[in-house]
Amino acid sequence: MPPEVSATNVHTLDLGAMSLRAVNAELQSRNGTGERYHYRVVNPHGAHALACGLDAALEVEIAGNTGYYCAGMNKQAHVEVKGTVGTGVAENMMSGRVHVHGNASQSAGATAHGGLLVIDGDAGARCGISLKGADIVVKGSVGHMSMFMAQAGRLVVLGDAGEALGDSLYEARIYVRGSVKSLGADCVEKEMRSEHMAELEDLLARAGCRGVSPSEFRRYGSARQLYNFKIDNLDAY
Amino acid sequence: MTELPPRRRSVRKSHTFDDAALDYIRHAAWSGLYRIRGYGAKRALPTFDDLLMKGASMSRYPLEGYRERCDTDVVLGSRHASKPIRLKIPVTIAGMSFGALSANAKEALGRGATEAGTSTTTGDGGMTPEERGHSKTLVYQYLPSRYGMNPDDLRRADAIEIVVGQGAKPGGGGMLLGQKITERVAQMRTLPEGIDQRSACRHPDWTGPDDLAIKILELREITGWEKPIYVKCGAARPYYDTALSVKAGADVVVIDGMQGGTAATQDVFIEHVGLPTLVALKEAVQALKDLGMHRKVQLVIGGGIRTGADVAKALAMGADAVSIGTAALIALGDQDPHWEEDYRRLGTTAGAFEDYQDGTDPAGITTQDPTLAARLDPVKAGHRLANYLRVLTLEAQTIARACGKSHLHNLEPEDMVALTVEAAAMSGIPLAGTDWVPGRG
Repeated sequence: MPPEVSATNVHTLDLGAMSLRAVNAELQSRNGTGERYHYRVVNPHGAHALACGLDAALEVEIAGNTGYYCAGMNKQAHVEVKGTVGTGVAENMMSGRVHVHGNASQSAGATAHGGLLVIDGDAGARCGISLKGADIVVKGSVGHMSMFMAQAGRLVVLGDAGEALGDSLYEARIYVRGSVKSLGADCVEKEMRSEHMAELEDLLARAGCRGVSPSEFRRYGSARQLYNFKIDNLDAY
Repeated sequence: MTELPPRRRSVRKSHTFDDAALDYIRHAAWSGLYRIRGYGAKRALPTFDDLLMKGASMSRYPLEGYRERCDTDVVLGSRHASKPIRLKIPVTIAGMSFGALSANAKEALGRGATEAGTSTTTGDGGMTPEERGHSKTLVYQYLPSRYGMNPDDLRRADAIEIVVGQGAKPGGGGMLLGQKITERVAQMRTLPEGIDQRSACRHPDWTGPDDLAIKILELREITGWEKPIYVKCGAARPYYDTALSVKAGADVVVIDGMQGGTAATQDVFIEHVGLPTLVALKEAVQALKDLGMHRKVQLVIGGGIRTGADVAKALAMGADAVSIGTAALIALGDQDPHWEEDYRRLGTTAGAFEDYQDGTDPAGITTQDPTLAARLDPVKAGHRLANYLRVLTLEAQTIARACGKSHLHNLEPEDMVALTVEAAAMSGIPLAGTDWVPGRG
C-alpha cells in the first residue's frame, strides 16, 4: 500500500528551476530515515536518472515524461510517472513500486530484484531482461526478447508479446493474455495450475487490473534444457 | 652392392599437428564440445620483455638508489569524483569473482592489497562481506550479468568499475560451470545450483557510448557523485574504446590485454581473440593524448604483468597504474609445486594447471570445494601477496631511480628502446640503435 500522507505533506520539486542533482539529493535525503513523505516532481522534461537510488517509504509523483533509468535501483519508494518513460525504468529495483501511466521504452525493469513495476501502456524490447525476482505487469504489449535470461520473478502481459519471448530463461515465470510472436530458446508453454492462477490473480489485483480473469492467460517458463552444456543443444543457439 | 641402412621408425612429429593440436582434435571428436578452461593465453606474444630501459649516465643523472625518494602513489578518479581513490602503489588487484575464487582467496586478496596500500576488485558475483571487510579500498564491478548488484553495495564501494569486457575474452560474457555453482554462489547470483552459468556479454540496459554516458550519470546520482567510475574494456579496439569511454564520462579507463586471465572460457577465445597488452597500452595512451586527457582520465593497464620491470615499462609507456590478476593468484600460492602430487593426479603439472573451471584447484584458490579451499590460509596468503606487491614496487622504483626519476609517473617513453621490430611497431618505442618505429611516418 502507498504510504499514508496528508495533503500538507506534499513537497513540490520543479526540475525547470532545480538541477537534477538537487532534485535527486532532496529525494535521497530521506534515505534510511523511516520518514514518509510525498513529493511531486514537475517539469521533468524527459530527464534521465530521475528519482533513482531512493531508499525510503516515499510517495513520488512525477508529472510528465522521463528519460532513461527513472527510479533506478529503487528501494521502498512508490514512484508514479504520469507520462512515458525511457530505457530501463526501475532497473535493478530492489523493492517498492513503480507505476508508469504511459508507455515504457526498452529494458523496463531490467535486472530488478524485487518490488512491482506496473506499466499501463506498452513496453518496448527486452522488458524484464535478466529479471532477478521483481514482478512486472504490462497492461499493453511487450517487445522482442522480453525476459531474456530472466532468472526469477514474474512478467504479466495483458496484450501481446514480440519475438523470442523468454529466451534462455531460468526460473522466472511469464503470463501472456494475447499472442506470442515466437518463443526464445528453451522457453516453453507450461500448464496453468491452481497455484499459478492464484499468483496471477494476486498480481493482477495489485496492479489494479479489474475485470481481467487469470484464465485468459497462458504460462511460459524454462524447459531447463540449456542449464548445462550438451552438444545436442547446438541447434538451440 | 651397397647395403642401405635399416629403415628407421619415424620419430619426427609434425610441427603443424603437434601434441597440443592432436589432443585438441581428439577432444573435439570424442566429446563434441569445445574446450573450456581457465588461466590465460599460453601462446608466445610480444611483451614488456621486448622493451629495455636505458638507465642513466652522462646525459641523464640517476637518483641514489637507497637515499633519494622515488614516490609511488597514484590518485585514480580525479576527473569527476569527489572522493577519488588514493593508493600507495600503482599496482592494483584486478576483478575476480567470489565463485571463480574461494572465499578464502578473496579474503587473502583483500588482506594483501590492504597491507600493501592498494585496491582490490569484486567480480561477476557480487560483493561478499569477507571481501569488503578485509579490503580498505574496494572497487565494485558493474557487469552485464548484474549478479548480486544492489545500491547498498554500490554505496559501500570505494569506486565502481563498469565492465564492458576483459582481455581473455573481449566480446564474451562471464562463465562459471556447474561444479562451482554451490548453494552460496547460486544464492548470490539468483541462479539454480549446479547449472553452467553463462553470463550475458552485453549490458541489459545500455548499448554504446551515448547510453553509457547516461548510465554513468545514473550511477553518479545514486552514489552522490562521490565514487570514481572506471570503465574496463578488453583489448579489442583500444584507441576507440578508450576515446569513447572518456567521451561517456569515465574517470578511469581500464584496458585489459589478451594475456589477462579468466576463470573459465573457451580456449579458442583465450588464444585467438584480443590484442597483446603492449599494443593495447600504446593505443589507449595515444587516444588519451589525442583528446588532451592523458593524466586527467587515469589509465590502468592489465594483462600479463609479472615483474617490477613490467610495471616500470607500462608506466613509462603512459599508464597511471597496472592491474594484476593471474600474478596475484600465483603469489597467493596457485600453481605451487608444493601440490605437485595433486597436479599429477589431475594429469598436469604445477605451472601448467588450467582447469580453473572444474573447481579442482589443488592450491584451493579457484575452487568452491570446502576441503580444497581450506588449504589456503588467507592471512599467510595475503601476506605473500603483500610481499609480492612490495617487490614489484621496489623493482619499479629501482628502475625509475636508475633513469633519474623521483616518481614512477615521471618514467617516459624516451627511457626505453625496443628489442624487436614487432615490439617497436606495437609499442611505438623505437627499435634499439635507431629512431625507427615501424608504421610511423
